[in-house]
Amino acid sequence: MIYDVEQETLPREDLENQQLKKLKTVVERVYHNVPYYRNKFDELGLKPEHIKRLSDVKYLPFTEKQDLRNNYPFGLFAVPKENVVRIHASSGTTGKSTVVGYTNRDIRHWAELMARSFMACGVTRRDTIHNAYGYGLFTGGLGVHYGAEQLGGTIIPISGGGTQRQVTLLHDFKPSVLCCTPSYALYLYDVAQSKGIPFQELNLHTGIFGAEPWTEQMRSEIESKLDIKAMDIFGLSEIMGPGISIECATAQNGLHIWEDHFLVEVIDPETHEPLPPGETGELVITTLTKEAQPLLRYRTKDLTSLTTVPCSCGRTHARMQKVTGRSDDMLIIRGINVFPSQIESILLETEGLSPHYQLILRREASMDTLEIQVEVDENIFSDEIKQLQKVEQKLKSSIKDYLGITADVKLVEQKGIARFEGKAQRILDYRFEDSSG
Amino acid sequence: MKVEQISVFLENRTGRLSDVTKTLEQNDINIRALSLADTSDFGILRLIVSDNEKAKNSLKEAGFTVGRTTVVPVEVQDHPGGLHKILEILSASGINVEYMYAFVQQSGQNAVLIFRFDRTDQAIELLQNNDVKVLRGEELYYI
Repeated sequence: MIYDVEQETLPREDLENQQLKKLKTVVERVYHNVPYYRNKFDELGLKPEHIKRLSDVKYLPFTEKQDLRNNYPFGLFAVPKENVVRIHASSGTTGKSTVVGYTNRDIRHWAELMARSFMACGVTRRDTIHNAYGYGLFTGGLGVHYGAEQLGGTIIPISGGGTQRQVTLLHDFKPSVLCCTPSYALYLYDVAQSKGIPFQELNLHTGIFGAEPWTEQMRSEIESKLDIKAMDIFGLSEIMGPGISIECATAQNGLHIWEDHFLVEVIDPETHEPLPPGETGELVITTLTKEAQPLLRYRTKDLTSLTTVPCSCGRTHARMQKVTGRSDDMLIIRGINVFPSQIESILLETEGLSPHYQLILRREASMDTLEIQVEVDENIFSDEIKQLQKVEQKLKSSIKDYLGITADVKLVEQKGIARFEGKAQRILDYRFEDSSG
Repeated sequence: MKVEQISVFLENRTGRLSDVTKTLEQNDINIRALSLADTSDFGILRLIVSDNEKAKNSLKEAGFTVGRTTVVPVEVQDHPGGLHKILEILSASGINVEYMYAFVQQSGQNAVLIFRFDRTDQAIELLQNNDVKVLRGEELYYI
């Protein structure tokens, strides 16, 4: 089943011609409408007319998350503010979120790409979609929502949280498709079990999971426990949100990237040189159709490889391998992006706290847990228990306020945090260590 | 009137307490009194020792986080009601006891209470005005 047969099965030559035309347009637009990009072009001595072939993309400047922060909030908009119909944002410390704007046409494209994605996973207008992605500034909830409506399916906009109620509605409304993070799917299963509701008796046939990395072992676990087909969806808010690429149910071998909207490259994260198909490196995306906030060569930091080998499903769009890791130290905890540096700056803002810390991630009962171990130095040490507990509480609530996640804070002795080769090992991630999660 | 107490941050791990006592032993430091307060994750060891400076330095060298606090040693008659009388005086004046611990002197006549107050100076003045014996440092270290 293909949602947009013409676009999705376009011969590669035609697809690439389309991409080149769109690339030239977007380069022209950002050069004239976004001072940030104009300055970058001028620094490089680059003019829009220098981009003549698709491979010339390598002359364009990269865009990084920090560039979005530096232009906070609306500095990268390429349209007048009145044409922006929606804002999404991802979490950041001290209010510096990563902001993304959308025009009406951007929202329409997003819904179409999500509808394509649904159909690629075997979901049709006859399906009822239980959407447990969070609604709000996070792109997951609304991205899935508009896509499901575009498809013509029935959407249950339950959003995140309230797991008991989620299970009740999974039972009563009989949805056939579940959308959430993979770890939340396993948590739903556990809660349903404890309520005596077997997943096999539900009406679910497909789950569409994303917003956090997950392994093939986790996929097998979800598929056997929940008795569904578990599909991987990829997206990031800076580019659009969910629906940038998706697995097809036919081959389930890599995620088709909607190349008529996104120009993708894989680069060596160190040398920044483009890598040939099949080689693993960092995924870099240029938006080809975004109006409100087009981005050139956005460095996703996600590690993957590309292939344009024809897929048995008939789609001609390139496929990326399931994301295997990151080229930076970003952590995804319960679907929320967290950088250790964010935690470090919260520590420093929490009066007197030592910058020596360690983050310990575990997966307990299918849920990610974060423990922050902070060394007690003489600045915060007190002979009174309650003073130290106050520090723990304060840090815990700052983490919750800034990052939206609940962390356990544990005070530890100085140098108790193992240092390796003179450098602190800041992160211990035990989440993917065994297949039972 | 005030004496110095050193405090040590300890993780709740086997052997950490003995690491402290080992360091003190190696440096020939005698413990006069101690108390250990703990939560599920960590503890605070409070010590009155024969040589604060040396104890502090040697523990720091051994990698411990060490603090110093001023506490008030009070001599109490070792019989029923001895402590109660003192607490009544303090409570009537609204002075808060953050924590306290006790030890009995070798002579066996009197007990010594180590108090940590929220307002140390007022507490000392109040106790002395009520004829409670507040010990001096050297009296405590070399009893």
